[in-house]
Amino acid sequence: MTDLWVALLALFAVWTGWRVFRVDSMVRASFSLMLSFIAVGAIGVLLSAPYIGVATVFMMAVEMMVMAIFMVMFMMNPAGLNPMVMVHQHRLSIGAGVVAALSLGAAVLFSRPPDDAVRAEADVVAELGHELLGPSMLIFETAGVTLLATMVGAVILSSRQGRFGAADEGSRPPGLSDGGAPAGRQPEGGGGHHHHHHHGGHG
Amino acid sequence: MTLTIVLLGAAALIGIGLYGALSQQSFVMLMMGLELMLNGALLAVIGFWSLSLGGMPEGQLLAIIVMAVMAVEMAIGFALVVAIYRKRQADMTESIGTLKG
Repeated sequence: MTDLWVALLALFAVWTGWRVFRVDSMVRASFSLMLSFIAVGAIGVLLSAPYIGVATVFMMAVEMMVMAIFMVMFMMNPAGLNPMVMVHQHRLSIGAGVVAALSLGAAVLFSRPPDDAVRAEADVVAELGHELLGPSMLIFETAGVTLLATMVGAVILSSRQGRFGAADEGSRPPGLSDGGAPAGRQPEGGGGHHHHHHHGGHG
Repeated sequence: MTLTIVLLGAAALIGIGLYGALSQQSFVMLMMGLELMLNGALLAVIGFWSLSLGGMPEGQLLAIIVMAVMAVEMAIGFALVVAIYRKRQADMTESIGTLKG
């Protein structure tokens, strides 16, 4: 019975994952990805990893909401009103994806992993807690510091203030002489003084 | 049997994610491909932990690390998208070919 549910959920996760790159609407794509994550979380719950499964669902639901907002911000076709394909090197990508899936699948089919399931009476959440705050505390803390560094990095990268003045004007170093041309190599297409608005149109 | 199903699903997710990461022109869709690959990795970790490791708590820890990687990838990825859009008005991979050889 569990097998059947796991198989159905795995199929659902793969199908929704496939839909991500097949729907025209970006918002629908991100919700499709969210469904894929939820299916994986449900498999985790079925496979006696309730904490991981539920945490996956919560985290990914929030993450995909953020994703959907970014979709609306950055995509030319957020509502899916027009059909749209935005791909490059399509054949190569299909080939790489198929080769990766088939070779991993072959590795799965031809290997014999040990058959050692979780004991039914094990309190896996308590075990995880003792592991996190016990032997693996340093790893757990490192993940926390990494997330802090991520927050700092995200703020710095997306800040309006660049290294040499406002980020809108491009990161142009000051000139070597007073009021001279900016030092260093000029980036292609100049700085941000003349914006190219080519939003929309490619679709 | 269950483990085989789970791992085959994970392999398919990684394949689809690789396709998306290589083929999509938009940064945001490209990141969805990366997320999908991490989703497959998470599924494989859960499957191995539950059915092959006898419930070693380190397996769950690895799943949590995978989730942390997802969060880091999203946050830094979106920050990069914002930064590059501000500088170049670029929202597609083709628009930032400056480093191309």
